[in-house]
Amino acid sequence: MRSDGKQRAPWGLKLAAGLGLAFMHLPIALIFVYAFTTEDKSYQWPPPGFTLKWLEVTWNRPDVWEALKLSLQTATVSTLIAMVLGTLCAAAVSRTKFFGRETISLLVILPIALPGIITGIALRSAFSIADIPFSIWTIILGHATFCVVVVYNNAVARFRRTSGSLVEASMDLGANSFQTFRHVILPNIGTALLAGGMLAFALSFDEVIVTTFTAGQQSTLPIWMLEELVRPRQRPVTNVVAMVVVLVTVLPILAAYYLTRDGDQVAGSGK
Amino acid sequence: MTTAVSFAKVSRHFGAVRAVDDVDLSIAEGEFFAMLGPSGSGKTTCLRLIAGFEQPTSGHIEIFGTTVEHVPPYRRNVNTVFQDYALFPHMNIIDNVAYGLMIRGMNKADRHAAANEALELVALPGYGERRPGQLSGGQRQRVALARALVNKPKVLLLDEPLGALDLKLREQMQEELKTLQRKLGITFVFVTHDQGEALSMADRVAVFNDGKIQQVGSPQDIYQRPQSRFVADFVGSSNVLEPDFVKQLTGKESFASLRPEAIRIVAADGHSATVTGNSYLGGNTRITLALGDIRISALIPADQNVPETGSTIQISWQESDLHLMEGAQ
Repeated sequence: MRSDGKQRAPWGLKLAAGLGLAFMHLPIALIFVYAFTTEDKSYQWPPPGFTLKWLEVTWNRPDVWEALKLSLQTATVSTLIAMVLGTLCAAAVSRTKFFGRETISLLVILPIALPGIITGIALRSAFSIADIPFSIWTIILGHATFCVVVVYNNAVARFRRTSGSLVEASMDLGANSFQTFRHVILPNIGTALLAGGMLAFALSFDEVIVTTFTAGQQSTLPIWMLEELVRPRQRPVTNVVAMVVVLVTVLPILAAYYLTRDGDQVAGSGK
Repeated sequence: MTTAVSFAKVSRHFGAVRAVDDVDLSIAEGEFFAMLGPSGSGKTTCLRLIAGFEQPTSGHIEIFGTTVEHVPPYRRNVNTVFQDYALFPHMNIIDNVAYGLMIRGMNKADRHAAANEALELVALPGYGERRPGQLSGGQRQRVALARALVNKPKVLLLDEPLGALDLKLREQMQEELKTLQRKLGITFVFVTHDQGEALSMADRVAVFNDGKIQQVGSPQDIYQRPQSRFVADFVGSSNVLEPDFVKQLTGKESFASLRPEAIRIVAADGHSATVTGNSYLGGNTRITLALGDIRISALIPADQNVPETGSTIQISWQESDLHLMEGAQ
């Protein structure tokens, strides 16, 4: 057995790891750099000059604000739906035994395993068969399918670690179902729910594929960016927006990571 | 004497499994009552029926004269000490103990005072600020006890509460539980698979097997006068003698039980038996004997010589130690 755990890695390995990380993260840094370039037709390297004017231009573009608003609304509502349904489903699956329990568990997780394009096409044809016009609710419905999974996975893992006799102990000591949920269940699954909710929010906020099929003429922020890339007009505006999106999605994911670090799971973060 | 808990023809079936089958039971107020049996014998289900976590499939349960079918656990004046203690991991000890009082709406100062008193009762004063994870198994057990007792239940249910403790701690807790019960005068219903525990603590013992009560009685009754082969064998591993052998000894054709410690090695005029094996138990040695084709075991105290395996010895017992189990099958 090696007694010192602080064995140093050979410099070759360090270099390879550094190059790998750079390969993954430098393109993101480039996006940030181009948000401040003075040239707005093509991405010219090196940038001829730097300016802060694109921040102001972006601020004054109403289409950016509309897309941002739609994205925030969609992400918020789908996250809320996912938190309620995901928790209830996790509670049912981990607390009780009933016919078809494994099937339900599988069906809930399936949307995250399915390619987004399948979910998207399926929902689109369902909406058109049922004659449902596109609205913010069709986008929310699409997003909720995979947001539920994230919350469900986090909640199920936590429920499994929470001893079932805690609920019985609470009832034994005089608490009814509501009091037991409020004083025992919620404090025990709270951080898992928060982490699941944040991941769900981040997933919904930058989702493109399912949204493409369920949005109709509406543009969420990622859809708006995609359209901007095709029609070049004040290109660095896209970069400014991208920068904001990165910040908005990275923060909740980091927070979710720190909240569940002591636990054993950040489940379902792979979509 | 008031009846604390009564079962009338109570059954609890899970599908085809008869966990509790047609049980009649009456537990007196202030009694220390033990439910003893192997795992799967229905004793824990009986406890859960009293607590309200299970509903009887048929039959009738009363607690202090009140019918409790359809009364949920949180409306029963009964508290449980769980096998795994079930302390709330997100609360410190004082809030754990005060939980029942908090639910009842008692203000913080009063319930913390009551919880501190309960912690003193179980010899854990000053532990209020700690978390359950920072306590040892024995300490957690005491907290679980305090959390139940602080509500002043009419009946305290204990589900194998000493199972997870080491031997020395277990013996100490047995003593303390008994003292506590005498002091508080609360009815204790104690589930265990350990016959030593049941015999040493309880006023009365019910022996369970296959969802049925085999025998109810004082520890002395159960140990010295078992009514069935199961009780004789399960409580203290008694030798169960077959009817034809008993007929040779007493003239009566019936099963009989004979305690291993009642058998003495004598110099002459006994039954001759061959020693077939031995196992050292510390305080004494258990030897197995063959009397012809009958196998019995005997306990040899530590201060006596253990006969060698394969040797033939003479054994004897007092006639009063041979307990006939008439009607047993």
